[in-house]
Amino acid sequence: MAERSFAREVQDLKLSAGEEFRGEGILAVTKALLQSGVGYVAGYQGAPISHLMDVLSDAQGIMADLGVHFEFSASEAAAASTLAASVMYPIRGAVTWKSTAGTNVASDALSNLSSGGVTGGALIVIGEDYGEGSSIMQERTHAFAMKSQIWLMDPRPNLPSIVGAVEHGFALSEASNTPVMLELRIRACHVHGSFISKDNQKPKYTLAEAMENPVTDVNRIVLPPASFMHEQDKIKRRWPAAVAYIRRHGLNETFDGDVADLGIILQGGMYNGVMRTLKLFGLADIWGNTRIPLHVLNVTYPLVDEDLAAFCRGKKAVLMVEEGQPDFIEQALNAILRRAGVNTALCGKDVLPMAGEYTAAALIEGLRKFFDRHAPDLPRATPPSAAPVLADPLVQALAKTVPARPPSFCTGCPERPIFSAMTLVQKELGSHHIACDIGCHLFAINPPFNLGATTMGYGLGPSSASAFNVPAKKRAISVMGDGGFWHNGLVTGIGNAVFNKSDSVTVIVDNHYSAATGGQDILSSRAVSPDRSTQHPIEDAVRGIGVTWVKRIDRTYNVAAMRDMLRLALTTATKGPKIVIASSECMLNRQRRERPLFNAAVKRGERRVKPKFGIDEDVCTGDHACIRLSGCPSLSVKRSDDPLKLDPVAYIDETCVGCGNCGEVAEAAVLCPSFYRADVVHNPNAMDRFLDRIRTHVIGWLQRRRESGRVALA
Amino acid sequence: MDGSLLATNRPLAVAIMAMGGQGGGVLADWIVALAEGAGWIAQSTSVPGVAQRTGATIYYVEMIRAREGARPILSLLPVPGDVDVVIAAELMEAGRAIQRGLVSPDRTTLIASSHRSLAVPEKAAPGDGITDPTDVLAAANGVSARFLCADMQGLAERAGSVISASLFGALAGSGALPFPRSAFEDTIRASGVAVDASLRAFGAGFTAIETPVPAVEKLTPPPAPIFGREADRAEIARALERISIFPAATREMLRIGLARVIDYQDVAYGHEYLDRMDLLRRLPDAALSEAARFVAVALAYDDVIRVADLKTRSSRFDRVRREVAARPDQLVSTVEFMHPRVDEVCGTLPRRLGAFIEGSPILVRGLRAVVDHARRMRTTTVLGFLPLWLIAGMRRWRRGLLRHDREMAHVDSWLTVVQKYVVEDPALALEVLKCRRLVKGYSDTHARGQTKFDRVIGALPLLVGRADAADWVRRMRDAALVDEAGVALEGALATVRSLNA
Repeated sequence: MAERSFAREVQDLKLSAGEEFRGEGILAVTKALLQSGVGYVAGYQGAPISHLMDVLSDAQGIMADLGVHFEFSASEAAAASTLAASVMYPIRGAVTWKSTAGTNVASDALSNLSSGGVTGGALIVIGEDYGEGSSIMQERTHAFAMKSQIWLMDPRPNLPSIVGAVEHGFALSEASNTPVMLELRIRACHVHGSFISKDNQKPKYTLAEAMENPVTDVNRIVLPPASFMHEQDKIKRRWPAAVAYIRRHGLNETFDGDVADLGIILQGGMYNGVMRTLKLFGLADIWGNTRIPLHVLNVTYPLVDEDLAAFCRGKKAVLMVEEGQPDFIEQALNAILRRAGVNTALCGKDVLPMAGEYTAAALIEGLRKFFDRHAPDLPRATPPSAAPVLADPLVQALAKTVPARPPSFCTGCPERPIFSAMTLVQKELGSHHIACDIGCHLFAINPPFNLGATTMGYGLGPSSASAFNVPAKKRAISVMGDGGFWHNGLVTGIGNAVFNKSDSVTVIVDNHYSAATGGQDILSSRAVSPDRSTQHPIEDAVRGIGVTWVKRIDRTYNVAAMRDMLRLALTTATKGPKIVIASSECMLNRQRRERPLFNAAVKRGERRVKPKFGIDEDVCTGDHACIRLSGCPSLSVKRSDDPLKLDPVAYIDETCVGCGNCGEVAEAAVLCPSFYRADVVHNPNAMDRFLDRIRTHVIGWLQRRRESGRVALA
Repeated sequence: MDGSLLATNRPLAVAIMAMGGQGGGVLADWIVALAEGAGWIAQSTSVPGVAQRTGATIYYVEMIRAREGARPILSLLPVPGDVDVVIAAELMEAGRAIQRGLVSPDRTTLIASSHRSLAVPEKAAPGDGITDPTDVLAAANGVSARFLCADMQGLAERAGSVISASLFGALAGSGALPFPRSAFEDTIRASGVAVDASLRAFGAGFTAIETPVPAVEKLTPPPAPIFGREADRAEIARALERISIFPAATREMLRIGLARVIDYQDVAYGHEYLDRMDLLRRLPDAALSEAARFVAVALAYDDVIRVADLKTRSSRFDRVRREVAARPDQLVSTVEFMHPRVDEVCGTLPRRLGAFIEGSPILVRGLRAVVDHARRMRTTTVLGFLPLWLIAGMRRWRRGLLRHDREMAHVDSWLTVVQKYVVEDPALALEVLKCRRLVKGYSDTHARGQTKFDRVIGALPLLVGRADAADWVRRMRDAALVDEAGVALEGALATVRSLNA
């Protein structure tokens, strides 16, 4: 079960011709896939394309009616391999993942797929996780398109253009027997807009038909001599076919303007930013009119040499707006213009930044330099600037004030106590090399834990510690989530450690979901799923691959037990990989699941107990040791009303979910007795009330007895 | 076409600065629905991703009145200096918006919640790491067209809702968008989720921004009532009499200190407190006030008896009910998390017995096996309450216990050092007094604090006679409060050692 329910959005997938679809860009893609007669969809979740997967997962009924197969792939490599169904059969298939992280994983399959080519349209929807909000390395998918000759679409970031790109993407793929990538940047994935729907289409050729009428052709297999033919076919036939399709259907758009001696060539994804910048210079308006001619590359690979040369011919200067590095398109454009004998001046990364996101400020500065250099006399307005404000001493002073706020573990997260325990163990045994992985657990590198040395990729935590397999006084620790474990860590991490007789310790964080990507189910999820086979324990898999030292804890909040288990793993005389499986359900998902049930039960009048933690302010001395071992968002500090206390005291706010970590940490670390848990009994029964009466009576009597003798100066 | 043919209208731009989990997405969706409901075209974008997990994140909305036969090209990114409304769901996030250049004096209405959600480093400092928000308030007032600020989190909580609703109300109350209040409220109703609570919070946010309430001055507390038996009351009166001899500016803190130590032990202890204060009376007023604070804290040290006492009071039971917001028909049962160690047990024994056990490794081991376990005590049951109540009752014997002996020895040696400088270097005396702040917490934390205190005090001989001795002590103390392990303190000590080298 995913973190977010798309029950409402699923209804939008049923819209028929002429009706208006309103919603996020990535959800528009799901509708466009169905409108295009897609036969199967697969992918691996991850921002910013998780919603595409989640909405299709919630739409199993509609998919079944249309005869569309959908699956959550085990990894991007599995997703890319799925497209093999379109190699021999005229079936349209789409896969999706975040890039470049996912494209790296998928590359093996992509190389083979693009070598042999496809018959049915093969579309790869890429969530280009670049720039602000990105959680991965800053690289471009463009390089993958170039190396494998996969066509790359980068549509203007509005819903009609994105939907059009999906439809054309399939057709382009079929026309050129080449897979096509559709690149959507983060904001385009999450942009809210609308488009006019078409009817959904059933696939023209079904997977069942293909399975019942198998076709083979040795020339499509990537083996010599066919592989040599593939390379020639890519260049001699598929590429020209793609260019012909792009030109015939006008996939790249030219917007005319009256300042004809200048021009801007841009990636489709840059269109809104460039138009806004031109508007701020008084050279365009909000309704799409521009004075500077624009050539918009909705397909950024392959380039259409003739069109680019024609756009530039006769112009004094052209600016290439290409986000990301290196400047692949600009370099190609220089070659194209030189070959065509066009001597228009070409600007690009000389006025725009080579690296980093093309924010409004970067574009304004770049265009200003371009105009200064090539059209100093062109009348233009002065765009707004934040420079005077940013230079204000009042604002400069903020650099010392405003704290960084990196992402962290949620309130009640079951991963927090694992790292509290690791901190306590390191206090005893000294610091260790800790190899991290991808997932929520990576937040341990941030305060207050500051644990971790490297992160090499999803499911690669243990293998990134594999060199540390020599006799030493300490063992290397690696951390891996259940998501990474099933993605590839079982083999590349655990299998690798078994085979190489590693002596390291691996902590597998099992929160029952692929939590960081939005709480999707995985093999070891505890929930019973009607569509997937779940409940396959990680422990069985680990033992199956040859690990003998495996410990499992089913309540990570037990910090003392967690600490003891880690200590044992780090000190045991047993040789070979030591695996600690730390299991507790992701609190975000658990709350979403349990809270409505709890509230409904209370409403029905049933007895329910809700725990919440608190701190006795007068017992807290303000040393904040508890926070250094927790960092829970609901555990904070406040100024004390007690004039004798100078330092802020800890308190727990109303968002506490009663996970128990605070109390466990206080016990395990022997911190202080100021924590308490208050169990609020909703709808108490007769027994509760009876006991409460007795207790209140006796305790009240004792309290009155003591307090009557108390001397006080209030 | 030339420039005159370009339309000059521009969209309204709204940026929302929030932290993951604050409902920034809900607020953005409401704003989009509001604009679309009024026949405008609106576009929102966000970069949630992993920032959703409690990190700082931004949502951006543009909207423009629809025009027949044309689609606006709206930006996916805010343009610095060109944003009409910035909504910050937390005070420091307002500062972040300003740093990003989103707030400009000619255009921007900045709406911020005044509450703080502290960043981890602010919370984790062993001392006071809370950032002073003055800079942010000054910048917000200085560089925005309008700065509207109220505790939107508190308003939402009191309405049983979340901050997105009160901020939506604040946006309506600001009048920054050309839509009537009813259109905002209809948007909430149409969303269909927790409508009543959201509308309550919306109303509170609206009112707080439309008619801001001036901050209320803190009331001075009424004169102190005195409780207790006749004889005690007379002794308290005598103690208050003793305070009246001190300079006027120091009496308030002395009275608070006196109240604390009497509450901690008894009236006689109050007089012991004043005896110690008498020795410091020649300190300047400000230093004397600080002395009154720290001597009281030192005398009211946190021992097992004190904790048991505080945890078993009836006022505490009432406070717990208040904190968990229990309704009268709900029962509350409380579990305490205790981890007694041999130190605490011996400290709570008569001086000689405690010291004897501590001196015997065998006894310590045996005792550890018996007591050194995490214990959870349900203080709302009779059997859970009674042990703590009995321990609290040991107060009458406290003066004979090992822990008291040690605490008093520590206090006396500390005050002896202070006294030395009362006349010749009162500034240094004050700084030495303040070092008591380092001693806090329980068990290991307390021991670490004590060590830091001892190290700072131990460095005093290196500083004697220096005009800037007080300054160095202050620096060492501040350094000691920066990190738990004392790395910063070690650095400061190294510097001090090098002073005379």
